Amino acid sequence: MKGILRLKNVLLGLAPVVLALLFTTLILVAVGAPPVEAYRNILSGAFESWQKIADVVAACVLLILCGVGMSITFTAGQWNVGVEGQIVLGAIFATWVARNLLWPQVPVLTLMLLAGMLGGALWGALAGLLKVYGKVHEIFGGLGLNYVAQGLAIWLIFNPWKPADGATMSGTDPFPDPAWMPRLGDLRVAPLAVILALLSAAVVYFLLRGTRWGLELKAMGKNFRSAFLLGVPSTPRLLTAFAACGALAGLAGAIRCSARYGRMLPDISGGQGYLSLLVALLAGYRPQWVPLIALFFAAVGVGSPRLELNMQLDSSLGGVLRASVVLAVMLVGGWRALMARRQETT
Amino acid sequence: MRVELVEIKKHFGPVRANDGVSVTLEPGTIHGLLGENGAGKTTLMKCLSGYQAPDGGTIKVDGQPVSFASPDEAIRRGIGMLHQDPLDFPQMRVLDNFLLAFDRRMVPDRRRGRAMLRELGARFHFDLDPEAEVTGLTIGERQQLEILRLLALGAQFIILDEPTTGISAPQKAKLFATLRHLADDEGRSVVFVSHKLEEVEELCHRVTVLRRGKVTGEAEMPCPVGRLVEMMFGRSLPPVECPLVEPGPVVLQVEGAAISSYRLAVQDVNLEVRAGEVIGLAGLEGSGQRLFLRACGGLERLAAGRVLLDGRDLTGAPYRRFLDAGGAYAPAGRLEEGLVGGLTLTEHVALAERNGPSLIDWADARRRAVERIRHFNIVGQPESPVEALSGGNQQRVVLALLPPGLRLLLMEHPTRGLDVESANWIWQQLLARREDGTAIIFISADLDELLERSDRIAVFYGGQMSAPVRACDTTVEQLGYLIAGKSAGRGA
Amino acid sequence: METDFLVQTLSSIVAAATPVVLASIGETISEKSGVINLSLDGSIALSAMAGFAVAFTTGSVTLGVLAAMAVGAFIALIIATASITLRQEQVAVGFVLTMLCMDLADFLGNPFVRKPGPSVVHWPIPYLSEIPILGPILFDHNLVVYLSLLSILAAWWWIYKTQPGLKLQGVGERPESAFARGVNVSRFRYVYTVVGGALVGLAGASYSLSIKLGWSHRHTFGIGWIALAIVIFGGWSPWRVAAGCYLFGLLKALGSILQRNPAFAAVPTQIFSSAPFALMIFALMLVSSEGVDRLLALLPTRLARRIDRAIRGRPPGGLGKPFVQG
Repeated sequence: MKGILRLKNVLLGLAPVVLALLFTTLILVAVGAPPVEAYRNILSGAFESWQKIADVVAACVLLILCGVGMSITFTAGQWNVGVEGQIVLGAIFATWVARNLLWPQVPVLTLMLLAGMLGGALWGALAGLLKVYGKVHEIFGGLGLNYVAQGLAIWLIFNPWKPADGATMSGTDPFPDPAWMPRLGDLRVAPLAVILALLSAAVVYFLLRGTRWGLELKAMGKNFRSAFLLGVPSTPRLLTAFAACGALAGLAGAIRCSARYGRMLPDISGGQGYLSLLVALLAGYRPQWVPLIALFFAAVGVGSPRLELNMQLDSSLGGVLRASVVLAVMLVGGWRALMARRQETT
Repeated sequence: MRVELVEIKKHFGPVRANDGVSVTLEPGTIHGLLGENGAGKTTLMKCLSGYQAPDGGTIKVDGQPVSFASPDEAIRRGIGMLHQDPLDFPQMRVLDNFLLAFDRRMVPDRRRGRAMLRELGARFHFDLDPEAEVTGLTIGERQQLEILRLLALGAQFIILDEPTTGISAPQKAKLFATLRHLADDEGRSVVFVSHKLEEVEELCHRVTVLRRGKVTGEAEMPCPVGRLVEMMFGRSLPPVECPLVEPGPVVLQVEGAAISSYRLAVQDVNLEVRAGEVIGLAGLEGSGQRLFLRACGGLERLAAGRVLLDGRDLTGAPYRRFLDAGGAYAPAGRLEEGLVGGLTLTEHVALAERNGPSLIDWADARRRAVERIRHFNIVGQPESPVEALSGGNQQRVVLALLPPGLRLLLMEHPTRGLDVESANWIWQQLLARREDGTAIIFISADLDELLERSDRIAVFYGGQMSAPVRACDTTVEQLGYLIAGKSAGRGA
Repeated sequence: METDFLVQTLSSIVAAATPVVLASIGETISEKSGVINLSLDGSIALSAMAGFAVAFTTGSVTLGVLAAMAVGAFIALIIATASITLRQEQVAVGFVLTMLCMDLADFLGNPFVRKPGPSVVHWPIPYLSEIPILGPILFDHNLVVYLSLLSILAAWWWIYKTQPGLKLQGVGERPESAFARGVNVSRFRYVYTVVGGALVGLAGASYSLSIKLGWSHRHTFGIGWIALAIVIFGGWSPWRVAAGCYLFGLLKALGSILQRNPAFAAVPTQIFSSAPFALMIFALMLVSSEGVDRLLALLPTRLARRIDRAIRGRPPGGLGKPFVQG
């Protein structure tokens, strides 16, 4: 009996994934593409070589950092949609260091990462300030700041940071060598970045569970007014939550331009911030789940450009798959709760 | 219209709110439904008026068995209910409130609606401006609007649930006159749900008493008070003893306080509270008492004046400084503002320790939670989320979280919604604190509670605070007049 | 000459504001019933794509518009189901749908990128368009633009003047009171969320078939978020929401006029493309920050109240909250 129950739970747990796959399959059939081949392309695109696996791991880093950061703001009950802009600001600050401080590798990299965190934290705190003092809901504040950050990045690249042979959307000149984060041999993955990402997940997990700060954020997230009357200093906590998430996103931005591109790009975040919001939503705000989900998301992300190459399909199918998994999780979760309620009343 | 309730049963989980209740309600009478909080009065009336479906039993209207799937069906049969917190739409205008779901044509005829509202209002001497927003009305006026609406819908049978909470003495007099007129002159039936003996005595023709979901007695009025009390509580209540505490040094000084919001301006309030003193704040909802109480705790900005706690000037200081100085604020809505739904008791205990270590020792927090659960007689486990507790137990948790050795405790409605025994227990705890020198200021809408528990009572009316009166020299009537802004009753 | 230019500018503002007007009126309707449809940005993109794709394939603009409306309504139906029946967090579902629709629009729209296609025909209303000044501004457009103007009027009339509209307000304001009066709260919320969604779909169609013809990657660039913000700015009242839309259009037009002025040549174009979003933040601050409260407190009470009512609106009391009967 117990075995059956467990089996049922596993099946129900898998139901959202099956539903999402069903949905994307339908879409593929609708545009007349063979679904099995499409999925095979995504899989092989993500795992066929060490280089691809390295790409997946590298893509994971950003999703982990931002997803973990967002579990902080979610715990505090805040929708930090502004991560996208916080990544950009992190990249901008790091780029400034890379372009202006011609030092040896260790100090320059350290400073780049710290500057990135500072930039992200400031941009995050700005969304928090708008919320606290301007009463602008963080979704609108964050989104607005994303577009402003984007504008700022483009302006920098097209004006003060213009490459000698003219500005294009392909970004600044490459950084000087010391500002490149060392990679694992020929693979496009920086071990240091991976370590930092996993470390951040562990640290945030501990902060949220074992510290007063974490408990206070949790209380605020569940009931802002009660927490305040119980003596939680809500404004500083809120701002630190935003700043902490921003710092992690800024770190991700710094890593992205230092380890992946070695330059600043106008589209340095590439929608990864929004994507990590989905990661955090799927993780149910628990940082310990973020790395696993990030791996799935990253694999789909790295694998789907293969669709364009081999099947002349748009790579955004990967995005459809990821978002529909999250949607299906919500719908199935809600449906199960509904069934439980119905059972209770009869 | 004659209504019979036969063996009505309604359960909420393990709680039997109505456990086989039978009552017959005759036309042309005012029938009192008496019982303490939680006796099952409101549940029974919600079953009758279609808000809830009973789990068992039958409802007969003029001998015909009926069942209502919604309040709308009940009102079509002429049964309407006025809820304790009137179910209206505060941000809409009076006329729109009146017309909503009343004028069933596609485009309601506003001119007709306005005329109807005026005419009905004139009949009962209710003066309601059709264009005013409901937010700006007092609870009494909102009740009047609902009564008019129910009458316009053709209600022959009107249920009023605790209608006198939060309305002024003149409004109460007007309400009672209206109810008498409806029953005596127009032959309608009125059910008057209350836990207040005097009101039932004053108004009702017949009374049914409920206790713990069962009928414990029925009586024609007038009836000796002792008998009613026995039916309500199962025994006569001993008078509550008020321990006399010699007030200590001044704890709180408020000088010339003004709080200006464009909705209401509180002006020139002066108050001195001594250690061990209990001050009650009375007034209709929205008269400024809550603004004032919040301002005492640094939760509202003062436009002028000063607030001193133990001689330290806290004017303009944030709430945190108030807490640091030994103050505490317990709001009315327990799950809305007092406790954090979703957190366990242990987490609450850890959270409430404001100056606790940055790293939480969960084993220790759990130990302390167990200790408080025992000390405060809380029915619950350290791992229970607070929303799983009953209202009375939640209020105990609120008290259990207050730090010891407080200088000043500010409370909104400390016992609202609690049964008599829980309320007594809560006050025992509060009064024990005053012996340690804690000064208490509380807001209440319950005049008996104010008179019984306070040393002095200050009444707010339209943002003005009266000079505090001594509770032992004041009667309910005098207090009622002060609340209504009439100085005629000002004796003390 | 001067008036001609002015009339022309105003006329183009009215036309350009069409998608924002339709989307924010649609959102106003669903939020009035208590449901936040946060998916606007994605809904608009997907319905714009669908509208264009259908019109392109079938050659019928009408079918394209209907398809776009169906798409918008369907997405709203998902939101309604998830939030009303399944009691999921509206904002979370809306956000996920935004992303899903964006990607879906890109994927399905791939074959249609930058293809020339049909568009809604220009149709000046006879007689009305000949009224001096007002005619060219309001009545010298196409049918979708007229629909946007009509939607404002219709939404206002429906919400404030009719019995279903009163009930709609009640459902959003205080669902338990509405239930007490026999209103089926869930059904109302479903219906108006879907109706609002259909208008959002029409907004999408107006984009790809009337304003910025065709389809391309990120074609609708953030317009859904602007529309969501304008609903708040306009205090959930159709007239003020519409005023917000046209004000936004006016500022945008001023921006592009400035941009063309040689005196501003030094100002980088990126400032102009981020400006609407900075403006959005500023506008929201204006209607909600406490600083405004303090300023109002300095004025005489009556005047302060009047100004307060004029510039801000309170959200419907039941906005975003599930209604549990009983």
